[in-house]
Amino acid sequence: MTSVFSPDGKQTAVTIIEAGPCVVTQVKTKETDGYTSLQLAFGDKKEKHTTAAEKNHFAKSNTSPKQFVKEFRNFSIEKALGESVTVDIFAEGDKVEVVGTSKGKGFQGVVKRHGFHGVGEQSHGQHDRQRAPGSLGNSSDASRVMKGVRMAGRMGGDRVKVKSLKVVKIFPEKNYILVSGSVPGHNGAIVYIQK
Amino acid sequence: MNAAVAFVHDQLTGKREFPKFKAGDNITVNYKIIEGNKERIQSFKGDVIKRQGTGHTATFTVRKISDGVGVERTFPLFSPNIESVELNKVGRVRRAKLYFQRSRSGKSARIKEKRMATE
Repeated sequence: MTSVFSPDGKQTAVTIIEAGPCVVTQVKTKETDGYTSLQLAFGDKKEKHTTAAEKNHFAKSNTSPKQFVKEFRNFSIEKALGESVTVDIFAEGDKVEVVGTSKGKGFQGVVKRHGFHGVGEQSHGQHDRQRAPGSLGNSSDASRVMKGVRMAGRMGGDRVKVKSLKVVKIFPEKNYILVSGSVPGHNGAIVYIQK
Repeated sequence: MNAAVAFVHDQLTGKREFPKFKAGDNITVNYKIIEGNKERIQSFKGDVIKRQGTGHTATFTVRKISDGVGVERTFPLFSPNIESVELNKVGRVRRAKLYFQRSRSGKSARIKEKRMATE
């Protein structure tokens, strides 16, 4: 992330995303597959890390082996096998959704994980309940902890979608898209952009 | 710096030529104010109490006493609205963040000037 200035001096926090060029490696149609979609591939990988099945699959679209493959259902633009999809499909000012995997936070307590406020205060004789979850449920009626009660545990590393991010700027020569705000994941993480 | 970040700022952010200043220095910031379609320049003179951040998102904070009230203003270093920065005095201070200035007033709030030999 970084930030850019508009001509009138307003500062906007932006994330730079290298979007494409993605190669169409498969076209699914209503007749053959029952639904329409495009399979896009991005990022080269070495020949020796590619299985024979994958090699054949990429050979069909006349491309080198790719690292990431993702199917997009009901793609709004018609593309043929082997054609590439670039940043040109987006325009400055568009609202987009970005899907990615959030940063792993490890085993976290309920205050960080679920936004609980803890139990008790710092003073008045209390000392060790500030980040506690409190009661887990009722006593005699139920006599058990209900399913789905929010507790401590692994946090992060989930699929996260961030909606209505604005496309601030596009650099077609480098395939960079600048979207306002932050996107899920660490630096260099792979994300999907949808309009 | 990340190559992508460097490229983006190379394209979008203009070059800034300011005198070298640090915390403790007394500077004047000439800042463009846009009112409707009129533009005027306002100057803000005071002591730099901190420089914060790196690269193109760096900022600096200037503190002055205005009518007996302390006023602080933070400027993004690469803001296109900064017309110019003048260095009035170089201060002699021992730390990079001068937050202790906030609890001081009058004589004790003065910053000693660093005098250098001129050619």
